[in-house]
Amino acid sequence: MKTIVAALTLALGASVLSGAAQAQSTLAGIKQKGFLTCGSNPGLAGFGVPDAQGRWTGLDVDFCKALAAAIFNDTSKIRFIPLSAKDRFTALQSGEVDVLSRNTTWSMSRDTSLGLDFPAVNFYDGQGFMVKKKLGVTSAKQLDGASVCTQQGTTTELNLADYFRANKMKYEVVAFATADETFKAYDSGRCDAFTTDASGLYAERLRAANPDDNIVLPEIISKEPLAPAVRHGDSQWADIVRWTHFAMLNAEEAGVTQANVDQMKGSDNPDVRRILGTEGKFGEGLGLTNDWAYRVIKLVGNYGEVFERNVGQGSPLKIQRGVNALWSKGGLQYGPPIR
Amino acid sequence: MSAGPQALSLSFIRRETVPAAPPPVLVSGPLAWARANLFSGPGNTLLTLLALAILALAVPPLARFLVIDAVFTGANRDACRPDVVGHPVGACWAFVAQKINYFVYGSYPIEERWRANVFFGLAAVGIGWLLWLDAPRRGLGALYVFVIFPLAGYALLAGVPALGLAKVPTALWGGMLVTLVVSLVGIVASLPLGILLALGRRSQLPLVRLVCVIFIEFWRGVPLITVLFMANVMLPLFLPGDVTVDRLMRPLVGIALFSAAYMAEIVRGGLQAIPRGQTEGAASLGLSYWQSMRLVVLPQALRIVIPGIVNSFIALFKDTTLVSIVGIFDFIRTIESARVDPNWAAPTVVTTGYAFAALFYFVFCFGMSRYALYVERRLAAGQRR
Amino acid sequence: MSNSPSVAPPSRPPRVSPLYDPRVRGWAYQILLVLAVGLLVWAAIDNAAENLRNARIASGFGFLSNTAGFDVSQSLVPFAAASSTYGQAFVVGLLNTLIVAAIGIVLATLLGFLIGVARLSPNWMLAKLAGVYVEVIRNIPLLLQLLFWYVAVLSALPGARESLSLPGSVFLNQRGLYVPKPILAADAWAIPLALGLGLAAAIAYRVRARHRQARTGRQAPVGLVGLALVLGLPLATWGVLALVGADPVTVEVPVKGTFNLRGGLQLYPEFVALVLGLTLYTAAFIAEVVRAGIQAVSRGQTEAARALGLQPGPTLRLVVIPQAMRVIVPPLTSQYLNLTKNSSLAVAIGYPDLVQVFMGTVLNQTGQAVEVVAITMAVYLSISLVTALVMNVYNRRVALVER
Repeated sequence: MKTIVAALTLALGASVLSGAAQAQSTLAGIKQKGFLTCGSNPGLAGFGVPDAQGRWTGLDVDFCKALAAAIFNDTSKIRFIPLSAKDRFTALQSGEVDVLSRNTTWSMSRDTSLGLDFPAVNFYDGQGFMVKKKLGVTSAKQLDGASVCTQQGTTTELNLADYFRANKMKYEVVAFATADETFKAYDSGRCDAFTTDASGLYAERLRAANPDDNIVLPEIISKEPLAPAVRHGDSQWADIVRWTHFAMLNAEEAGVTQANVDQMKGSDNPDVRRILGTEGKFGEGLGLTNDWAYRVIKLVGNYGEVFERNVGQGSPLKIQRGVNALWSKGGLQYGPPIR
Repeated sequence: MSAGPQALSLSFIRRETVPAAPPPVLVSGPLAWARANLFSGPGNTLLTLLALAILALAVPPLARFLVIDAVFTGANRDACRPDVVGHPVGACWAFVAQKINYFVYGSYPIEERWRANVFFGLAAVGIGWLLWLDAPRRGLGALYVFVIFPLAGYALLAGVPALGLAKVPTALWGGMLVTLVVSLVGIVASLPLGILLALGRRSQLPLVRLVCVIFIEFWRGVPLITVLFMANVMLPLFLPGDVTVDRLMRPLVGIALFSAAYMAEIVRGGLQAIPRGQTEGAASLGLSYWQSMRLVVLPQALRIVIPGIVNSFIALFKDTTLVSIVGIFDFIRTIESARVDPNWAAPTVVTTGYAFAALFYFVFCFGMSRYALYVERRLAAGQRR
Repeated sequence: MSNSPSVAPPSRPPRVSPLYDPRVRGWAYQILLVLAVGLLVWAAIDNAAENLRNARIASGFGFLSNTAGFDVSQSLVPFAAASSTYGQAFVVGLLNTLIVAAIGIVLATLLGFLIGVARLSPNWMLAKLAGVYVEVIRNIPLLLQLLFWYVAVLSALPGARESLSLPGSVFLNQRGLYVPKPILAADAWAIPLALGLGLAAAIAYRVRARHRQARTGRQAPVGLVGLALVLGLPLATWGVLALVGADPVTVEVPVKGTFNLRGGLQLYPEFVALVLGLTLYTAAFIAEVVRAGIQAVSRGQTEAARALGLQPGPTLRLVVIPQAMRVIVPPLTSQYLNLTKNSSLAVAIGYPDLVQVFMGTVLNQTGQAVEVVAITMAVYLSISLVTALVMNVYNRRVALVER
């Protein structure tokens, strides 16, 4: 009987193994499964956060939705997997998620030695500090001797060490495994300063017991190009991710919005026609249909809309476009031409 | 010394007994008890005073925090903020009341929560069946707990579209539900595996023994948290590239192997207590090794180790809290994530959450340990004759 | 069959088909098992190698000599982000684990023995109180207790600028516990040396006294002389040094700085919470071990000792405790091991122990999961195995020698 039990236990185990065959190509695997698995932040306002009903919103979440729109024409065919900073790369490497869209910094070592690719930067960010107002600190240069809360396994942890060393200041680092613990430790007074990407500072500040008691210091101490990541070695899938972002940028540049996309389909502008797939066969080159970008704009919107809705003026975060404006408006977001 | 016949010649014999005088107050009764147990000497009196001082220090603040100053109703943090309500605030039970569904089910879809309730019911039936020593058909109970219940429970919680049960991804499971699932999987998987390992460790075959010893000592030598990290990070690496393991499944595998090693040692203890004559007797009756184990040795050995198994289950139940560190939404994790909700940002919310969790674990663990003690006494009574 | 080589071959046992020969079967089973295990291990290694190759993850232990680039709050050896390597980060984590375990073991033993004895106290109230402590602490998960000490107690402490001042220049605030820090002068090494000498002399005296007692039956004041040697020698050295030159040990008292107190010895809240949690938790288990040990010594032993005219003190010291220790030590050791393993829960409250620093930060910065996990597990495994080995030797020494 014991062997029967053991066999059954094994069988049960095997049945839970979701046999997600990622056979040859990621895209084929996604189509076969019928949904996209998207590694997201377990809870960062504006970037990726589930509400009480389990509905996800945020800039990074909308990027996954755009991918689902491009592949399935249905933004509900996604399974979001909340990943902590520590788990995220193994989850992607092991094939548990198809794409990691979770405010992840693109750095050379991650690109070259972790087996990842970062197809496009969807948010240019930099690391900053938040302190309690009552400390009277106005610049990060005054943080000598402070204790700083940070999250483990992030580039933040490394930048912090560099910054204090470069400015010949002393500090005490307290590192936690999750963003929740890190922020709560700061909020309860364990640390003088809390550091993470500037966007994250604004998002976390909303969760403070009294948001107005905290200020974000002006210094930005690092470059943090936040990008979706995919596994290295499947260039078709990397192309889809890259061009989905570029299509959203080009749509914004050409003035195509979620509201006017149907109308724009009849436009004479060759740029618009190529984006929306009424001219040329660009979608087929990605292994999708030619109207892929149309579906993205129709169901999710262009980059500017997504930005304003989630982190910009239409959101509680009120982050300025700044370097994330289009190149034509003085920013860094530059979509290569679709042609 | 002896009274002798002369006694008869005495002229006076008292014919009725003197009525018993009441015992002195200082020998029996509550006062005497207190004197004997609390104030028998200066040292003892000092100890009593010390104990009283500890009580006086601990009990009133606890009572004030948990009951007297506690807030029982309220819709948001204002109910629990001293600066808003105007008096000191103890535990914020309103917070627990508001979040209780989240603590029990996590993000399990609201319209499907009846399935979790049925699962709790099935689990209660199974546990009761096995733990009640005089229950009818306990063999059937074992079959139920080790085969029927796991399959039914899995189908119920994960969903079988063919039966009209929508699929619920494990990422949505949470709270006490996950705590219960993790500990039940731990015990259901570890018992058979542990028995096999224990038999293997006592086997006559050197290689079998070696493999089992290495397996057992390896898992017992490392902390559970490293096992969970390993399961989380390395299990996917060890499997073929096109197989992925569910996030909840990974720690379950780790916990099952870990607790199997501890279970093996408990079962081994039981096996060692069975006299050699039992095996030899079984062999002389012509029973094969497996028959003699199944019919003669294991039924006796397992009965002896029931308290040990229950104690190991208590340890496992407490250890399940560690899965929260690897990102599984168990009960502790739901409390951790509820306490950062800005709607409930009040000074005592954190402590209230922990107090609630402590109460939950204490009730279950204490209950089980009392049960283990009861079984131990009952088994001892049988041996005493 | 090796025992009867010279006897004429008896009637040969009936030929058994190898299929039914238990020895043949045994070997077949074992070979099958080894094959199965080998296959499993090989498949796992093969899969891992292929997965790593596909993901282009570096492998090998070369990463240990790469620059770490991150800082660790508490380190017993010098550690700097710019110059230290991952290998040094490993050492820092390991030392942090060991120091927590060592301090926790000492404190838990003291508290555990106290509570264990209290549970057997004739004083009803004290016994009950100790019982309640043991039951409550044992039945609440350690992780919850750690979180309580760290999160709930920390948030209730005053901020860095309003430190709670305790007697003896000790300050308590949200940044930790600040105690005066002894600063050792260059010639202070003589003091530990004197302590060592005193210890050696005390042991030598005890050995001699024992021999003499065995020969002549005369007892020597071992305790007093030993105490004088162990404490007196270092104190005398200190005094001599202080008289000759500067005081070899000066004390640095914490004072207020911009953000926080400066100077003194800062014990981080993570460290304090971890030590506190581990101590209180393990003490409850040790108390049970001690109680069981004392109860295991039969009453007749005490009565017999009293009948021989031993006073209660010597009865306890010479008769009860040595016998109780035989029962206590093995489970006590396993509690020590548990405490060491449980110190890995540090990861939940941000104390930089081996698991937090190495399996957390280093694993994430390098991505070399297999190597990092293997090293970490090997460390804990060796601690366990070495302890088990020592325990076996001890058990053999103290085991009852029966006829």
